[in-house]
Amino acid sequence: MYKLWSLAWVFALLSLVAVGGGTAVLPEMERLVVHQFHWMGDQQFRDIYSLGQVAPGPNMLMVMVIGYRLAGAAGAAVVGVAFFLPDCILTFFANRLWYRLSQSRWRTALQRGLAPVAIGLMLSGTYALARLSITNFMGLSIAAVTFGILSWRRVNPLLLISAGGLAYLIFIIR
Amino acid sequence: MDSARPLSPITNEREAHPVKVGAIFKTFFTAGAISFGGGVVAYLREYLVHQQKWLDDEGFLDALELSETLPGLNSVNMSVIIGDRLRGIAGAAAAVAGLLLPGMVVMMTLGVLWSEQRHNPYLRAVLIGVAASAVGLLTTVTLQLGHRQFVRLADLLFIGATFVAVSLLNISLVIVLLTLGPLAIWYYRPVAHPSESAQYFLHLRERFRSHRAHWRH
Repeated sequence: MYKLWSLAWVFALLSLVAVGGGTAVLPEMERLVVHQFHWMGDQQFRDIYSLGQVAPGPNMLMVMVIGYRLAGAAGAAVVGVAFFLPDCILTFFANRLWYRLSQSRWRTALQRGLAPVAIGLMLSGTYALARLSITNFMGLSIAAVTFGILSWRRVNPLLLISAGGLAYLIFIIR
Repeated sequence: MDSARPLSPITNEREAHPVKVGAIFKTFFTAGAISFGGGVVAYLREYLVHQQKWLDDEGFLDALELSETLPGLNSVNMSVIIGDRLRGIAGAAAAVAGLLLPGMVVMMTLGVLWSEQRHNPYLRAVLIGVAASAVGLLTTVTLQLGHRQFVRLADLLFIGATFVAVSLLNISLVIVLLTLGPLAIWYYRPVAHPSESAQYFLHLRERFRSHRAHWRH
């Protein structure tokens, strides 16, 4: 029971500080889940993140698997509600307020000010994932090739991500 | 600019042809089921703007702008905003439920299977490769999303300060947001007369929007 409460408030907090979206909150999630609460090792955390990449919909649905690992089906349900409901309620009311603020020039200040912070957080999220997944030349090559192809043209990311998984599997087997 | 525009352009249309809650659920469910590999927002745009024509590009980008400013996932925030504008609170609930349901089912299935096999070295190898590939993907997304911020000195300083605080100093995200957030907003506070640079920004934003409209599609 105590674990369910911890899961609920940790993931509710994470959703409300996710300025810049899921990637932006990844370092804080790792900090809390792996280093502060010791709920799982960083490799399991990375593997669950990867599962999110191959499922449809928002990648951050992977938080439910973190809940599942820790407290079974109840854990998954608690984390799912905690991560999505408070943020939806906030967005619902903020959306209605936003149009009343449309004349306010503070609205522009808010957008312009939060944009670079959000980008910085996304960089941190990318860096956190890189530290967990790029441990050798093969990992680095997979990341670089994915980046190169996506900068060059639009390809469905799932294709590249599957190719990345396959490439690393061949690298391990060989 | 859009700041003086009243509500959203879909209001009148909504009164003439109310969108059914079931149709909202079905459309968001399709987007949620088919959006493999991330980029859910691009799928939402395709379904809502181009296929259902429930709102125009301008309305979509307005909602996106707010979604990006608010905490939480962009795609979920978009669903709440657009669902609410189409059919109030019931529309918002149907949109979010539809968007998340297919992913939740697939995610939990994968999660249960993974839990059984989590020590399998081959499975772990695949997942390491997926994560490494995701690093390349996230780098692309971050650079594209921030291409305006990366060329401005003030923004670069805020980006750098945020990165150093979170990644190198391991400072709690709450503290980072409560210090750098207000500081950055204050830096861009409204001034009595829009400066040349602010006008230049508005001009750039227009160009950025049309550019973004292009590549997101």
